[in-house]
Amino acid sequence: MTRFTFGKLPLILCFLAAFLLAGGSAAVGLAEETAPPAVQEVTAPAPEGPTPAEVQKNLDFVWTMVAAFLVFFMQAGFAMVESGFTRAKNAVNIMMKNLMDFSIGSIAFLALGFGIMFGTSPTGWFGTDGFLLSDYAKDADKWLYAFWMFQVVFAATAATIVSGAMAERTKFSAYLLYSAVISALIYPVFGSWAWGSLYHGNGWLEKLGFIDFAGSTVVHSVGGWAALWGAVMLGPRMGRYAKDGKVMAIPGHNIPMAALGVFILWFGWFGFNPGSTTAGNPDIARIAVNTNLAAAAGAVASLLTAWAIFKKPDGAMSLNGVLAGLVAITSPCATVTPMASVYIGAIAGVVVVLSVLFFDRLRIDDPVGAISVHGVCGALGTLLAAVFHEEGFTMARLGVQALGVAAAFVWVSITAGLLFFLLKKTVGLRVSEEEEMDGLDYHEHGNTAYPNFQLVEKR
Amino acid sequence: MKKIEAIIKPFKLDEVKNALQEIGVSGMTVTEVKGFGRQKGHTEIYRGAEYLVDFVPKVKLEVTAAADTVPSVVERILTSARTGKIGDGKIFVFDVEEVVRIRTGERGREAL
Repeated sequence: MTRFTFGKLPLILCFLAAFLLAGGSAAVGLAEETAPPAVQEVTAPAPEGPTPAEVQKNLDFVWTMVAAFLVFFMQAGFAMVESGFTRAKNAVNIMMKNLMDFSIGSIAFLALGFGIMFGTSPTGWFGTDGFLLSDYAKDADKWLYAFWMFQVVFAATAATIVSGAMAERTKFSAYLLYSAVISALIYPVFGSWAWGSLYHGNGWLEKLGFIDFAGSTVVHSVGGWAALWGAVMLGPRMGRYAKDGKVMAIPGHNIPMAALGVFILWFGWFGFNPGSTTAGNPDIARIAVNTNLAAAAGAVASLLTAWAIFKKPDGAMSLNGVLAGLVAITSPCATVTPMASVYIGAIAGVVVVLSVLFFDRLRIDDPVGAISVHGVCGALGTLLAAVFHEEGFTMARLGVQALGVAAAFVWVSITAGLLFFLLKKTVGLRVSEEEEMDGLDYHEHGNTAYPNFQLVEKR
Repeated sequence: MKKIEAIIKPFKLDEVKNALQEIGVSGMTVTEVKGFGRQKGHTEIYRGAEYLVDFVPKVKLEVTAAADTVPSVVERILTSARTGKIGDGKIFVFDVEEVVRIRTGERGREAL
């Protein structure tokens, strides 16, 4: 009995205190209702619960986290696209590459990448602190965690783009080393130039007014150009180009799987682009609309292009077209109108088909079209961000965008080119002919993806 | 006893099976096979590159029957598997020396 009374006492005292605070006197409910609202605002701070600013902050956390999880799911999309577009005998290898570049990349980004990309940057060329999340003090602002999580999935996206272009012939150990270096160095250094000020850094490129809202250049071109140099250093798959110069098709083993991957990527992109606000605000709606329209226009335009050139509505090219539209709209998605997004997606959809044919003509073998989708359309989208800017076109803006595109190409060509060259000279970049013929699954991983099916390959 | 081996278009399998069941054929063996004859494969297109699929998927159907029923079995396959277009397949007839049912040890006609 006594315990019960004492237990209630603090509660009663709280109510009393609240009443006292509310009006300076213990006003009754009726008096409060009739009091002028202005007076209430001045004299009555909310007795409990979060302030509007705190609610907004929580919303920012939740949206950024949800978006990060959507972007994480894109890793599954890449795995499906890449294995669908390649042969069954290499499916385990593709899965392992997509699994391990995220896993190794996460740790590399923790150790070095994040600090280089977002640490204090005295020169504007790279960050110098915040390694291993060391910025975080106990009871400090947890935003660092939210921001880190959102950024690590972006780093992983850049890394995993390369896996498709180098599919079916790359040594697994070389790929693991590559994924550590791109996540720790290549991606973060360029990222610090364009995005450093989102945290503690300040990049030279962003100071010039470079627009790359969600990373057409920072993420996709960086991954795409690394993919280009990987494919160049490796050489084409056996049997891809005939002696007379004819391009030989090596059909992928599962087009429905590739299509599922594209749907997952399209879905994940609703985190990638709208999430790049890192704030729960109404901007995310238009960004989502723009993202969706560019993807749709990319699909339609690539379909029509492929239909005109090959006389058939080619499925694989239409899937690439979706991704081309998405990659292109990633930079301009927050600064263009929905109608401009349709144009941007459509241009990318045409360009990606021509680009795939162009790289085949150069005998650069890219089994999934990663160089065209991410490298070429990433650069294209970054330039189109200036062309279709909602405040009008200026040469100055186009110049800055072109500078950013060129900087990404030069930086990645030097670093990734050197990396793949060193890997080739040391651990070796390519598997033996025998391993390539039998499939990487058996020789590299000791098993097969589909043990209950007999897979007979002609080549 | 004779064995009738027919290479047919895969989508004709059900029709052929039903046609043979109607005349009392009680068993058959079916295998998915690939090959070419006069049809010589076809071209497909993948990411802008044409390629020749020279071994076309077919179904191989094997039926063993008493010699006197062979003409009707062949006739049934002929009518049910035919589309009139190139690639309809072929029928081969072989002599069979012996048939043994494993479960009972029956031999010859009894074992069919």
